Amino acid sequence: MIRREFFIDYSRCIGCKACVQACAECDTHRGTSMIHLETIERRDTLQTAPQICMHCDNPVCARVCPADAIKKTPDGVVQSSLKPRCIACSNCVVSCPFGVPKYMAEFEQMMKCDMCYDRSSIGKKPMCATVCPSGALTYTTMEEMQRTRPGIPVNSWKFGGEEVTTKVYVMVPRETTRVEIDLIQIQPTPPALPADPYDVALMLEMAQ
Amino acid sequence: MTPTKNPLRQPRLSDATHAMFWGLATASLLILGILTGSRGLRDFDPALVSYAGAAVLSGFGIGYRYAMWLRRPPTRLYWYRGWQIFLAPQKLLSNLAHLARIVWNTIVLQRFIERRSHLRWTAHWFLAWGCILAAAVTFPLSFGWIRFETARANQEIYRAFMFGIPLGSFHLGTPFAELTFDILDVAAVMVLIGVFFALWRRGHDHGAWSVQQFSDDMLPLILLFAISITGLFLTISTHLMQGIYYGFLSQLHAVTVIFTLLYLPFGKFFHIFQRPAQLGVNFYKQAGAAGPQARCHRCGQEFASRMHIDDLKSVQAALGIQYQLAHGMHYQDICPACRRKNLALTQDGLWKSHDNRLRGN
Repeated sequence: MIRREFFIDYSRCIGCKACVQACAECDTHRGTSMIHLETIERRDTLQTAPQICMHCDNPVCARVCPADAIKKTPDGVVQSSLKPRCIACSNCVVSCPFGVPKYMAEFEQMMKCDMCYDRSSIGKKPMCATVCPSGALTYTTMEEMQRTRPGIPVNSWKFGGEEVTTKVYVMVPRETTRVEIDLIQIQPTPPALPADPYDVALMLEMAQ
Repeated sequence: MTPTKNPLRQPRLSDATHAMFWGLATASLLILGILTGSRGLRDFDPALVSYAGAAVLSGFGIGYRYAMWLRRPPTRLYWYRGWQIFLAPQKLLSNLAHLARIVWNTIVLQRFIERRSHLRWTAHWFLAWGCILAAAVTFPLSFGWIRFETARANQEIYRAFMFGIPLGSFHLGTPFAELTFDILDVAAVMVLIGVFFALWRRGHDHGAWSVQQFSDDMLPLILLFAISITGLFLTISTHLMQGIYYGFLSQLHAVTVIFTLLYLPFGKFFHIFQRPAQLGVNFYKQAGAAGPQARCHRCGQEFASRMHIDDLKSVQAALGIQYQLAHGMHYQDICPACRRKNLALTQDGLWKSHDNRLRGN
């Protein structure tokens, strides 16, 4: 089987939500979309960004799980919590450095992107990568990615002092060897503007 | 909630020694229970000694694994906090009432499984209650805690004893007598219904196919099927086949039960002992919601209870997860949504720096 990897390029996202819809078609979490699609700053920009599970080598979610319910497959895919074990504490949800796991209150279980394991384990593309029209989510070979895209794929991250290596790659400029989470990006957002009854952006924010 | 002691302090004993202690303590307690409950083995049925022995070994395994499980920092913290919140004197009564409610919904009716899937719930409910019913009969019988004997004056009357204390008597041939003698058959049929639905689901669910494993998902069903079917064959042999192969069948049944008891601490069935932790988490969440909330450093929105975030920081420190940022900030104070947005912004920043460098700025 040809070795394919998952690549994410936030800057290519056009916010079409095809990935969100397709994700719910996956057999391992039928009817429930596991992908996150964030609108970055609705007032200032149209920028959106998808977030799938990055499938860490040493997942923080599994380390903080009190029930030992989060397991990796031999090929490095971190699965949703095991249904018999998950005790619905949400430790994984608030600890994941990428903000990926979802707490499904109705089922009292953590669920997350499992790279459409029913598909990717037999060589098919995950649903989101199958439908993404802009290449923000791509499942292909490393060679193909390096040949067709500017920048390089990197799977090394640093959150404060915590170094994280992931199965999924992010596209960054060639001189980058590791993505370090910068304080600049997590400064508090400016205080909200005065309420304007015709502020569509505000209405959309409230509706979320 | 202000912690009175640090549950994550460095333990004095090694994990294995600690777990060995609790394994031996559990097994010893079980042996003591068998000795006292059977009135010094006077009520103990030697024919069931293999079941009792396997149960003691299983008790050791369960005690060992449970102690190991509680050594994990997140588990230890939830265990400690759960009891601390539940036993708070000023809330004990309301906590007991809440406990009864969540035990009814979570353990008895298993509503959270029903919401996941009706088919899964049907399978699990029959499996769980079939097993509980069987265990409630088998363990007291094999430990010598309950016994039956015929009344001296009338061979048609059976007397039941628990811990040597007479519980009552019943006449043979009554529906109650039939139910008492066949209760394990009822349990076996319930388990078989559960196994059928579970296999049906696994046979038709493409998602389950991709992640199921023989040891974790199929072996437990095979074991439960083997116990139930060999148990039913014993009844069939007695009532329909004039006892043919009864000796062989009873030995085969014993082997399946003993194997399952020994598998209990190490396989999927261990979730039976883990599941009550969900009740503790329920109390933890309730207490967290009533207390101060943590606000995201970036967006200012509440995203979890303050207690949860502070506890998580302690757990992360114990696990060596280093989320401390510069200027005294902590990555744990950023909500999941802002973390996701931040990743895209970070990538943006990298490309902007790259472009600026190319332009010579």
